[in-house]
Amino acid sequence: MVGCSSDGDGSKVLSKIAMNGGHGEDSPYFEGWKAYDNNPFHPTQNPNGVIQMGLSENQLCFDLIEDWIKNNPKASICTADGVENFRNITNFQDYHGLPEFRQALAKFMARIRGNRVEFDADRIVMSSGCTGASETLMFCLADPGDAFLVPSPYYPAFNRDLRWRTGVQLIPISCHSSNNFQLTLSDLESAYSKAIESGVKVKGLILTNPSNPLGTTSDVDTLKALLEFTSRRKIHIVCDEIYSATVFAPPVFTSISEVMREVECCDPCFVHFIYSLSKDLGLPGFRVGVLYSYNDAVVSTARKMSSFGLVSSQTQLLVASMLSDGDFVERFLGESPRRLRDRHRKFVEVLGRVGIGCLKGNAGLFFWMDFRKFLEEETFEEEMRLWRVIVHDIRLNVSPGSSFGCAEPGFFRVCFANMDEVTADVALGRIGAFVTRWHGDKNLRLSFKSLKSGDENNNSLSMTSPHVMSPRSPVVIARN
Amino acid sequence: MGCFFCWIVVSFQRGIAREIEAQNKWAQRVEMSYFFVLSADDALLRSPSSSRTRTSMRPTLALQVRGGGLGLLMCSHLPRKSVVPAPLSRRAVPIYRPNHSPYYVGLDRVREDPYDRVANPHGVIQLGLSDNKLCLDLIEDWMSKHFESSAIGGGDFAMYQPFDGMPEMKLAMAGFMSKVLGGTLSFDPSNVVLTAGATPAIEILCFCLADHGNAFLVPTPYYPGFDRDMTWRTGVEVIPVHCRSADSFTLSITALDQAFDQAMKKGLKVSGVLISNPSNPVGNLLSRDMLCNLLEFAREKNIHIISDEIFAGSVHGDAEFVSMLEILDLVEYDKGRVHVVYGLSKDLSVAGFRVGAIHSYNEDVLAASKKLTRFSSISSLTQRLLVPMLTDSGFINTFLGTNRDRSRETYKLFVEGLEQLGVNYLDSVAGSYCWVDMGGFMSSYSEKGELELWEKLLEVSKVNATPGSACHCAEPGWFRCCFTTILKDDIPVVMDRINKVAKLCKHAR
Repeated sequence: MVGCSSDGDGSKVLSKIAMNGGHGEDSPYFEGWKAYDNNPFHPTQNPNGVIQMGLSENQLCFDLIEDWIKNNPKASICTADGVENFRNITNFQDYHGLPEFRQALAKFMARIRGNRVEFDADRIVMSSGCTGASETLMFCLADPGDAFLVPSPYYPAFNRDLRWRTGVQLIPISCHSSNNFQLTLSDLESAYSKAIESGVKVKGLILTNPSNPLGTTSDVDTLKALLEFTSRRKIHIVCDEIYSATVFAPPVFTSISEVMREVECCDPCFVHFIYSLSKDLGLPGFRVGVLYSYNDAVVSTARKMSSFGLVSSQTQLLVASMLSDGDFVERFLGESPRRLRDRHRKFVEVLGRVGIGCLKGNAGLFFWMDFRKFLEEETFEEEMRLWRVIVHDIRLNVSPGSSFGCAEPGFFRVCFANMDEVTADVALGRIGAFVTRWHGDKNLRLSFKSLKSGDENNNSLSMTSPHVMSPRSPVVIARN
Repeated sequence: MGCFFCWIVVSFQRGIAREIEAQNKWAQRVEMSYFFVLSADDALLRSPSSSRTRTSMRPTLALQVRGGGLGLLMCSHLPRKSVVPAPLSRRAVPIYRPNHSPYYVGLDRVREDPYDRVANPHGVIQLGLSDNKLCLDLIEDWMSKHFESSAIGGGDFAMYQPFDGMPEMKLAMAGFMSKVLGGTLSFDPSNVVLTAGATPAIEILCFCLADHGNAFLVPTPYYPGFDRDMTWRTGVEVIPVHCRSADSFTLSITALDQAFDQAMKKGLKVSGVLISNPSNPVGNLLSRDMLCNLLEFAREKNIHIISDEIFAGSVHGDAEFVSMLEILDLVEYDKGRVHVVYGLSKDLSVAGFRVGAIHSYNEDVLAASKKLTRFSSISSLTQRLLVPMLTDSGFINTFLGTNRDRSRETYKLFVEGLEQLGVNYLDSVAGSYCWVDMGGFMSSYSEKGELELWEKLLEVSKVNATPGSACHCAEPGWFRCCFTTILKDDIPVVMDRINKVAKLCKHAR
């Protein structure tokens, strides 16, 4: 069927939101995706294709989920055992959600935190993934033009999710390699003061813990200091804890919810966190997000807004059943970090052997790779050129640090949990081969230097609009 | 005695608050739990006579000013809370405020005390939700025969999928929509964007077509949820365009024109018209001529049309549903200004599964909508279940036919019951509701009279019907009564209860 643009046939006028670049898809972050999509790796069908290492997906434990579902047919309404539940839920669109769903989530989230803290099921508001939860929180806490501080590097889609429809601004607080990209109180204070002085209304701080893209957890003292900072200034603290169960090495994950009682001036009304099953359980397709707030008004308002992104009642039922299964939860929370740790270790060790350093990480589905030595100059142009080499020449889609707002060029986020062992080995082999050639081959360095954006070797990267996705490729825009 | 008091609660609470006038009697201590206030300059005071605050609440501190004294009342089970409430955004405040719309209040009442013929025969009968429960058995039966094809397990369905729908789901929806919206139409999946229900579909379109402060013309009476969907977060304004009983509440282009001109005079930019066809809550259909005229109107004013066709498959009368898309099919221009909203909540009864769709020929709208579906995506689990169901043509044809027959049968029984009571109604042909004129029972021909009647129906005879004022109807006395959520055997119970109120009202006069 013939489509038409707003300029041609039909009404000429769309909204600013529809026509501005607020969706952020023109960022280079998405270019690599497109390169992958045009030429996706497959061990047998396309062994020279691009390996997707830019998508933060957890595929390491899907077998555990699959097994559980097979062994628990009652949880699925499309089985003989479960179909009796069909009538109860098919019309159920109450935005409170199934009580058992919220209760199971509350229990699960507490268990992830070692049961050091309890959650009130009535404070859980559902959403369409963390994406929906984060946007809803912005609508509740900030007006157009208001700002949230965010330590950078940070998840690129925040620029879209938190700002596009809400009109909220993000003020990055640059963190530096000199102290392992940890957020310091002085950086926070300085960013806050600067914003206030320039007349910006700062409504709060967003912290992703464990961090995306760094793969590290915030320590207790830092969390306390941040909470004290926000509490004293009566601004909100929003913690994105979507990777909370991906912590595979010490230190143990500490949630903002645990730190609250240790900060005397903490006002719970300013504390909120978001969560999802997309990463910890590897179920992004289910679109299960949680907004949790200690502020009753926020819970109430967000719940009403959740009508725009309710979780399918069928999915609620399944998740409620799965997460109420204590044995399964224990097994999963024991096994998943182990597999993540092994995969992470494999990558870090192999890369270490060829002289590539990574930030010491203990969580997440990715690591923060230091490729600075491969930059001829410490500029972002160089980083982009290097990135294009990695995507085009090494054929790995990794994400350049600049797309995360990193202040220092040369860092890349590399995802490791979205592939099987075979693919992981191939990826490592390719990096190793590249590094070896780099050291030995002056010509390689020269030819790399001459690469410009958009030259004939990089046609696949010069697209700016997504093409039709191949059936197996991940979506252009996904949480990662 | 006769002391004047006011309650001011200085911390946030969850739950419902009611605005009150100053009372000159002491409120029950036990009802203290119903009190809370939003902010110092926005005190919401509660009426002690309220019987409606039932959601769980935990008050912390109440400051009671009585006469010249100051009393401090502390309640039990206090969470540690700040005395000064943390601010919501300005735009969140109106959303946070309790919604006193009878539409929502009624739904809450049913939730608290739902009728069940066996378990709770004195509960509130739900006529306020246009869910369709008439054919759930057919779906259950289909599922029982197709466990394998919709079974979970295997494949990468749990991984990220395109936010605007899996390709096979889009294809399946496009096929289903073509059956329901007009058999001759064929839908290209690339013109379809899937959303988690029709609710976000409407919101997404408003975000795409209008800026903050722009307006949409919406014929009244209209579905109460539109106020939420169109305005809460978008900043869009709704300009009601009143339709009259004299015209059977059918849209008139003259009225649209006048509303448009008035908006212009006020400096409001009108971005489009939103229609629901079949109409909710009236249940009538727009004729081909009207649809053409509407398209002409939109073209003349250079605005968009959003056509909510969610009840397209719920035609039970002798009439033919014509989709806006069918009109577009006949013209070669203006395809880009019409956007159709659809969903499976009504025609396929799966409201809990959250399946909605936007159809548009406008590439820019499609592009923007697709990106916005990241906030409102359908669960892959549900898509996997529905694809084989929607593509089972034999089943779908049988389902749609049986649904029509059962709706017709139930509608007939319902209106016969009304006739026996001497209650007028608009003879509607579609939707899962009946537009009933209970004006004769009102104490006064006014919104106040209508709301009093509504309250009697709800509290005395325990029937939740949606009053026309909740739908912005210009004429008082009309009620939307949904008949697809009750069993046939419950219809006499409903009529009995309505009759009870009718007698009460006649007595009162």
